[in-house]
Amino acid sequence: MSETSASMSAAEIAQAVASRKITALAATEAALARIAACDKVLNAFTDVTADRARAKARAIDAEIAAGKSVGPLAGVPFAVKNLFDVQGLSTRAGSKINRELPASPRDATLIERMEAAGAVLVGALNMGEYAYDFTGENAHDGPSRNPHDPARMAGGSSGGSGSAVGGALVPIALGSDTNGSIRVPSSFCGIFGLKPTYGRLSRARSFPFVASLDHLGPFARSVTDLALAYDVMQGPDTDDPACVARPVEPTMPLLAEGIGGLRVAIAGGYFQQNLLPEAVEAVARVAKALGATRTVELPEAARARAAAFIITTTEGAALHLDRLRTRPNDFDPAVRDRLFAGAMVSAVHVDKAQKFRRWYRARALELFQSVDVILAPATPCTAPKIGQANFTLDGVELPVRPNIGIHTQPISFIGLPVVAVPVPLEPMPIGVQIIAAPWREDIALRVAYALEQMGVANAPAPRGI
Amino acid sequence: MADHLDDYVNAAARAMELPLEDAWRPAVRANLEVALRLAKLVDDFALPDDAASAAIYSA
Repeated sequence: MSETSASMSAAEIAQAVASRKITALAATEAALARIAACDKVLNAFTDVTADRARAKARAIDAEIAAGKSVGPLAGVPFAVKNLFDVQGLSTRAGSKINRELPASPRDATLIERMEAAGAVLVGALNMGEYAYDFTGENAHDGPSRNPHDPARMAGGSSGGSGSAVGGALVPIALGSDTNGSIRVPSSFCGIFGLKPTYGRLSRARSFPFVASLDHLGPFARSVTDLALAYDVMQGPDTDDPACVARPVEPTMPLLAEGIGGLRVAIAGGYFQQNLLPEAVEAVARVAKALGATRTVELPEAARARAAAFIITTTEGAALHLDRLRTRPNDFDPAVRDRLFAGAMVSAVHVDKAQKFRRWYRARALELFQSVDVILAPATPCTAPKIGQANFTLDGVELPVRPNIGIHTQPISFIGLPVVAVPVPLEPMPIGVQIIAAPWREDIALRVAYALEQMGVANAPAPRGI
Repeated sequence: MADHLDDYVNAAARAMELPLEDAWRPAVRANLEVALRLAKLVDDFALPDDAASAAIYSA
């Protein structure tokens, strides 16, 4: 029973629980057992909420026994990046400092919505300190490790989320993406990740990084599971000022509609530079499967990345200014040094960056008049070794840490929805971004589903544990 | 530029009340150099005087 449900998708677990083939408690115990067995290697979890999970699972089983209807994620174990508030835990956000915070009195909105749909929270996940990270390394908790090769990065900053889902410890995890922190771990760990449109999913009761750019979203091993989680988390929330008052727009019924009629193009220029051969191969495979031959250019993407960098470093510094003044030695030194520098950047540059952002958004919207989907690499390479400092892109040796997200930053900068799909190359998988116009997550998910059905994109079984 | 930037880092740390230790100064300076290089890339892009910011606020 345990081994069986540990290898099942979220959709399969929910169906089996609802039809009484397995209990929610059995599915939960299977996840807890797999976490106990594998997390010594992966270091994905910082907290395992076993008692809470068992209580929730028993409650679901009781509802089913009483003949009540249960949600579409009944009995599905999931975990969250440790910047989500979890009732009873301090929201550490990957830091040493925050673990002194009082325990959270209430769960984050997205946890409440997942559990209202029947999902079972089993723990909180490792992440880069304060989400200022692309590697999944953490100076305080140790690195989250890649499920296909534990010597390699899981990617960041949602490293534990990528590692936990890539390692099949849980079928669904939640994370955050400011500049690429869902898409990079998805790429490195070989799983699907959805960064929705900016403002689509509530960020209420999650620890922020850059309010102008922060998004939350799900990771999963299949597109169906990704859409299931996304659909139950949608909806307005006045507790997040950026969350829009849009009605729920379910994507599950649309997944199998196919891609006929969709205009798919490949991102050119900036997005075809600074790539290792595996990233080129992954985009080529996806483009071929979709019949995409047209290349389009998002104008000034390099400037967009630069502007995202400026907004990130300054808003991040503003957020942490008091902590930088009073407790600089309690930061990861690399994060502290970046934030110190951010505090020294003039507001003049931030204003320019925010004005450029509006200009760039307008150009992107013009582009979406003639295309429905744009393909771009998710990362320049497969997962580097943990601790690797430099890599060579286009013949230039560059620091790994800030450059992993060069192809994700110009997209999240204007809040476009993206599904990162895993292309199962050997020996390591790598992701491709399926980018759609604002509020068209349904289109990105449809394309991802089609790629999964064609066998071009899928989450490989973990090879390293 | 190098000397100016060192001077700026020291002055900004004092003005911002940031307890910058000597050992951290080279890394902070290197990070600031990257930030200013990228900021220049944005600054060099001509926008109309009435360009509106994308910062979020609604009354």
